[in-house]
Amino acid sequence: MKQIAVSGLPQLLEAMAALEALYLPVQQGRSAQFTRYEAGMELSQDLNTGRSAKDLFFPQVENLVDFQVSGKNIEVVERRDPGEDFILFGVRACDCRSFDILDRVFLSEPQDTFYASRRSRATVVTLACHAPEETCFCTVFGIDPADPAGDVTAWMTKAKLCLRANTKKGEKLLAALPMLQDGGEDAVVAEQAAIHAVTEKLPLKDLNLTGFDGDHLMEKFNSPQWAQLSQSCLGCGSCTFVCPTCQCYDIKDFNTGHGIQRFRCWDSCMYSDFTMMAHGTNRPTQLERFRQRFMHKLVYFPANNDGIYGCVGCGRCLKKCPISMNIVKVIKTLGEGTT
Amino acid sequence: MSIRHDPLIPMVAVVTDVRTDTPDVKTFRVVGLDGKKPFAHIPGQCAMLSMPGIGEALFSITSSPTNEDFLEFSIKKCGCVTTWIHEIEPGQQVTLRGPYGNGFPVDTELRGKDLLIIAGGIGLAPVRSVINYVRANRQNYGTLDIVYGSRSKEDLVDYQEILDEWMAEDGINVHLTIDREQPDWDGHVGFVPNYVKELNFDTSKTVVMCGPPIMIKFTLAGLEELGFQRDQVYTTFELKMKCALGKCGRCNIGDKYVCKDGPVFRLDQMEELPDEY
Repeated sequence: MKQIAVSGLPQLLEAMAALEALYLPVQQGRSAQFTRYEAGMELSQDLNTGRSAKDLFFPQVENLVDFQVSGKNIEVVERRDPGEDFILFGVRACDCRSFDILDRVFLSEPQDTFYASRRSRATVVTLACHAPEETCFCTVFGIDPADPAGDVTAWMTKAKLCLRANTKKGEKLLAALPMLQDGGEDAVVAEQAAIHAVTEKLPLKDLNLTGFDGDHLMEKFNSPQWAQLSQSCLGCGSCTFVCPTCQCYDIKDFNTGHGIQRFRCWDSCMYSDFTMMAHGTNRPTQLERFRQRFMHKLVYFPANNDGIYGCVGCGRCLKKCPISMNIVKVIKTLGEGTT
Repeated sequence: MSIRHDPLIPMVAVVTDVRTDTPDVKTFRVVGLDGKKPFAHIPGQCAMLSMPGIGEALFSITSSPTNEDFLEFSIKKCGCVTTWIHEIEPGQQVTLRGPYGNGFPVDTELRGKDLLIIAGGIGLAPVRSVINYVRANRQNYGTLDIVYGSRSKEDLVDYQEILDEWMAEDGINVHLTIDREQPDWDGHVGFVPNYVKELNFDTSKTVVMCGPPIMIKFTLAGLEELGFQRDQVYTTFELKMKCALGKCGRCNIGDKYVCKDGPVFRLDQMEELPDEY
């Protein structure tokens, strides 16, 4: 275990940024966002960022390939940004689990090399949640906010920041930061106990996921409750954009006047044109589109991925939905009894 | 750090021949820049064709794998990308990636079987690949019956090939039908589902079917009346796709992705999926 006094945090951030590009939660207006470090920036005190950390591996928009078209001829021009090694600091336990979920999509064969490249170039430093909020329910998915994964796990106590390397990459990073001192585990143990005292009282901690699995696929799909649940959904897609695990994307072409750029951008299964083809759509109303989003996270994804749910309980959608509909209400309504 | 070629980045291919099949269907012959067939495939598999600046879309490969020289796509003009494709003249380059999907189990579950192929309209495109594969490997299959229907005689895709090759070959029974009477047609008139029932096929056959959803629905009911079991029937889906790699999320039905787990499904497997196709 390594440690540094809280007063040494600016110096630590400066040292990390000198090693590699550093991204960390920085206050921007009313919310924190992962931001590329510049001298003088401070780590946000917010529990979590407004947008999730998935942006760093799966950006909202990215160019895939360019084409030059002349007459009947086409030239494929690969202008791939080789990227850079970077440190992603201050990732919460929920967002860190979302990387495992995204990995199962993008790193399964055939691998998405754009995503894979960024994943391999990142060193993830997680930060235990000092004070989980009422919208948090990561523990329902077996995530421990007091002991997040990542290459390095960090704990912020009143007096000091404690860091533990979990991987070779993490060891390499900590070894390159000479201002860190060796320290005992006492402060971390006390911090973990304090966090668990909070999580035990969280209102959503007993959310019951019994029955959300591939064996109950048709039963959940055919539930009459979807009509009522989806009735007020505006189809705005806010939930998908703040969600750390939503990974649906669109591919489109843009004529720059000097060539064609084929780019990928986030998309949402909540949108009416998501499955629209020339002859129509297989999800004609918001009921089908709403159902797809939750069935995918709670039933289809675990059915294909060893029971791992496509939700990490970060609570962002609970805060952002303009009509206060969310995955917790879906679980409670369709579930087999929740306290 | 070396970066692997990404599966989303296509190759350039050339359209070498355009055949007008019907008023709204054309068949395009495609080869690589080296003049050779771009890749090998299984009947029922698909590929992503695109024109940069217009868009990319998934089409079934209608040529048989036994054709060593080129790939063929029969494409109906019905949307943005297909309208542009219909303007193509020979020599036009396009981009291509694939093949995608599982294809029909021609070398496993269909082998040795008496086959009944049922198609409606542009639904002939994917099953033509099966038909010509079976014709090229005739010894591996039993009898071959083909029921094919379209709105009119002019809307029958590959009509010349059907007349000159399929109907002329021993051991193939071709049953054509059109929706309405017309002066130069002395064949059957009526919808495919009813025709299949009238033909009263032996239930020992294995069925490969593709057509508009309404045709599939009623044909299936007809086959069940005749006594066919659901594990004897194969069909192929068409859904919106962007990546064709099981990642973009569009063709997700239940716990399956049509682009990689399909597009070919046996009906008993299809029934385990939510009715959202």
